[in-house]
Amino acid sequence: MKIVTCIKQVPDTEAKISLENGKVQWGDSPLVINPFDEYAVEAALQQKDKHGATVVAICIGPDSAREALKHALAMGADEAILISDAALENLDAQGAAQVLAAAIRKIGDADLVIFGRQSIDSGTGLTPAQTARRLGWPLLSLAGSIELNNGRVRVERVIEEGRQIVSAALPAVLSVVQSIGEPRYPSFMGIRRASRATIPTWSLADLGISAPTPLVEQRAMFAPPSREQPCEFIQGETVTEIAEKLVEKILAEKVL
Amino acid sequence: MDFSLSPEHQMVQKMVREFAQKEVAPVIREYDRKQEPIPWVLQRMGELGLLGISFPVRYGGQGMDYLSLGLACEELEAVDSTLRVVMSVHVGLCGLTLLQWGTEEQKRRFLTPLAKGEKIGCGAFSEPGMGSDVAAMRTTARREGDFYILNGEKMWISLASKADFALVTARTNPEAARPSEGLSTFLVDLHSEGITRGDLHGKMGMRAGSTGWIHFRDVRVPLENRIGEEGEGFKITMSAFDHGRYTVAAGATGVIRAALEASTRYARERVAFGKPIAEHQLIQQKIAAMLTDYEIARLLYWQVGWLKNLGRRCTRETSIAKKFATEAAFRAANEAIQVHGAYGYMDEYDMERHLRNIRATIIYEGSSEIQTLIQAGYALGMRQDKPLRCEPPAYDAEEWTKPA
Ligand SMILES: Cc1cc2nc3c(=O)[nH]c(=O)nc-3n(C[C@H](O)[C@H](O)[C@H](O)COP(=O)(O)OP(=O)(O)OC[C@H]3O[C@@H](n4cnc5c(N)ncnc54)[C@H](O)[C@@H]3O)c2cc1C
Repeated sequence: MKIVTCIKQVPDTEAKISLENGKVQWGDSPLVINPFDEYAVEAALQQKDKHGATVVAICIGPDSAREALKHALAMGADEAILISDAALENLDAQGAAQVLAAAIRKIGDADLVIFGRQSIDSGTGLTPAQTARRLGWPLLSLAGSIELNNGRVRVERVIEEGRQIVSAALPAVLSVVQSIGEPRYPSFMGIRRASRATIPTWSLADLGISAPTPLVEQRAMFAPPSREQPCEFIQGETVTEIAEKLVEKILAEKVL
Repeated sequence: MDFSLSPEHQMVQKMVREFAQKEVAPVIREYDRKQEPIPWVLQRMGELGLLGISFPVRYGGQGMDYLSLGLACEELEAVDSTLRVVMSVHVGLCGLTLLQWGTEEQKRRFLTPLAKGEKIGCGAFSEPGMGSDVAAMRTTARREGDFYILNGEKMWISLASKADFALVTARTNPEAARPSEGLSTFLVDLHSEGITRGDLHGKMGMRAGSTGWIHFRDVRVPLENRIGEEGEGFKITMSAFDHGRYTVAAGATGVIRAALEASTRYARERVAFGKPIAEHQLIQQKIAAMLTDYEIARLLYWQVGWLKNLGRRCTRETSIAKKFATEAAFRAANEAIQVHGAYGYMDEYDMERHLRNIRATIIYEGSSEIQTLIQAGYALGMRQDKPLRCEPPAYDAEEWTKPA
C-alpha cells in the first residue's frame, strides 16, 4: 500500500504577524510543519503500523520547506519529495491542488492521500477537495478515525452536527482532524534517518505541467482592526460563589 | 571550529523540548507539591528512547552522540530537574560507566535492558558517613567463592527505590596500602535478597524525584557482576562522575535558559513606575547576566560533548562546566524570582521550584568545593589524568548505529 501525505510549511503559531506593503511578515519566527498536517502524517503512520505501507510526504515550497519534510521523515515517513519552482510563487488552493495532483500521479500507485484539515496560514481548507477533484477520486474530509478494509476506506467524520460515517473505494483523498490522535514525536532513529536523507526536488517541468493560473486574485490585504475587549476577573471566596457570580453575569449580558 | 548544531542535533532538541513542555510542564507543579514522582515518567522516557539515547544500537540504544545527550538534558531540566536526574543516574552514572568499563558480555547482559528502558539503573556511591571523600566508603564486599557478599548502606541515592540495578562501589580490600585502592565496583540487582531500600522525604527540592537509601545485608552478588578488576572501584567511580557531571552541567544550563526566558517575558509585561520593568536598568542587568551565563554554560557543556565524542578524557573540562553551570543556574533562578517579585515566590511561576531543585546540584556529583579542588589540582600540576585500562569510548556514528 502507498500513502501520500501532503504537508505545508507555515510560520510558527507563536509568530507575531505583521503586514508590510500588503505582504504578511512573521519576522524571524521559525517555520514549522503546519500543525494540522502533523495529524495527517500521524494518520498515515497509523495505517502503516496497522497494515504496512510506504508513506510518502510531499510539500510545495521553497528550499526551506525541506525542514517540514524532514520532520515527517523523522516521525517515520519513508520518502519525502519537495516540489519547488520559481514559477510557484503565488499559488491559490486551486493551483496547489493542480500541482499536488500532478505529483501524486507521478509518484504513482497511491491508495490514499491524506491532508490536514487546513493550513494555519492561508486556512482555506480547500486544497484537499480540489486535489480530489483533480485526481477524480472521492474525498472523505474531516476524518476523525480511519479504517481500511478490502480495498475500501471507512472514516468517521467529525462535523459540527455530530459524527458521520462514510466509506469509499480506494484510491481516495482524506483530510483529518485532531481526533485522529496526537502526532507522535520523531524517534531518534527517525531523526538520524531524516538528517541524512536526500530529499529530491521536483520542478514543474518534472511534473510535466505549466504554472497554474490563479483563479483568486488578491486585491488588498489589511490587518483586522484591533478589538478592545474588556477582561474582568470574577473574584469570590468559594468556588460556588464565583460560579454564582459568573452565572449572573452571563444572564445579565444575555449571552445565553 | 564550528559552534553550530547539526540538523540532527536541532531535531533532538526540538523533540525533547516538545515532550518536556507538552507532557511534563502541565503537571510538574502538582507532583512537586505532592512530593511524588510522576508515575508514568520513566516509562514514557523509555518509550521515547531517552533512556538509551547515547548508547550503541547493538546494545539496545538509540545510537545518538554525547552532544545529543547534553542537549536532551538541557531541555529536560528547563522543565524540571527530576527529569534530568533520571538521565544523570540511569544514562550517566550507570549506563555510560558500563559502556566504558564493562566486558562485552556485561554490556550485552546489563547495558542492553537499561538502554532499551526495560530496566532502570542508578549509581550508589555516597553513604551516611561520606560523600565527597569517596575513598572513605564503608560498605564492604567480601569474596566468597563465585560471589561477593555486600554489607553496608548507601544514602542519598537518586532512584534508589525505583531502579532495578545499581552500580555500587564497595570496599573489597580493607588492607590496601591506599584506601582508594581497596575499592571495587559491582552492578547489583536491586531485587536481590538482603536488600532493603526506601525514599527520603523532606527534601528542599527535587520533590517530584526519588532520592533514597539502599541497605545491604549479606547480599550475594555474582562474580560476573563485578565491573572491572578488583581494586579498580575508585577509578570506575571517578569515570561515573565524569559522565554524570556532564549531564548535570548540561541540565543546569537548561535552568539558566528557563530563568532567562521567564524573566524576559515577565519584564516586558510587568509595569512599575510607569514603564515595563524591562526598561529599568537594574532589571536589564539581571537579564544580561542570565544571558551571558547561559551562553558560557552552553559553550562549556558543548565543549565536553565534543571531547566525549572524540573519546578524550575530560575530567577537567567537565568539572569546570559542572561547577559553572550549577552555580550560574542557582543565581539565575534566584534573580528570576527577584524579577518576578512576589509572584516569583509562588510555585505558579516555576522559578522557586527551579531554585529549590538546582540547589542540590551544587552539592551532588562533586560539590563546588570538590570541583574547585579538582581545577586547582590541574592548574597547579598536582593532578594529572593517568591512562585508564578502559578509556571512555568515542562516538563512532557508523559503529554506534549498526543494528544488533
Ligand atoms: C538530591 C540528591 C541526590 C543525590 N544523588 C546521589 C546519587 O544518585 N548517588 C550518590 O552516590 N550520591 C548522591 N547524592 C549524594 C551526593 O553526591 C553527596 O551529598 C555529595 O557528594 C557530598 O557529600 P556529603 O553530603 O557527604 O558531604 P561531605 O562530603 O560531608 O561534605 C560536606 C561539606 O564539606 C565540603 N568538603 C568536603 N571535603 C572537602 C574538602 N576536601 N575541601 C573543602 N571542602 C570540603 C563539601 O563540599 C561540603 O560543602 C545525592 C545528594 C542529593 C542532595
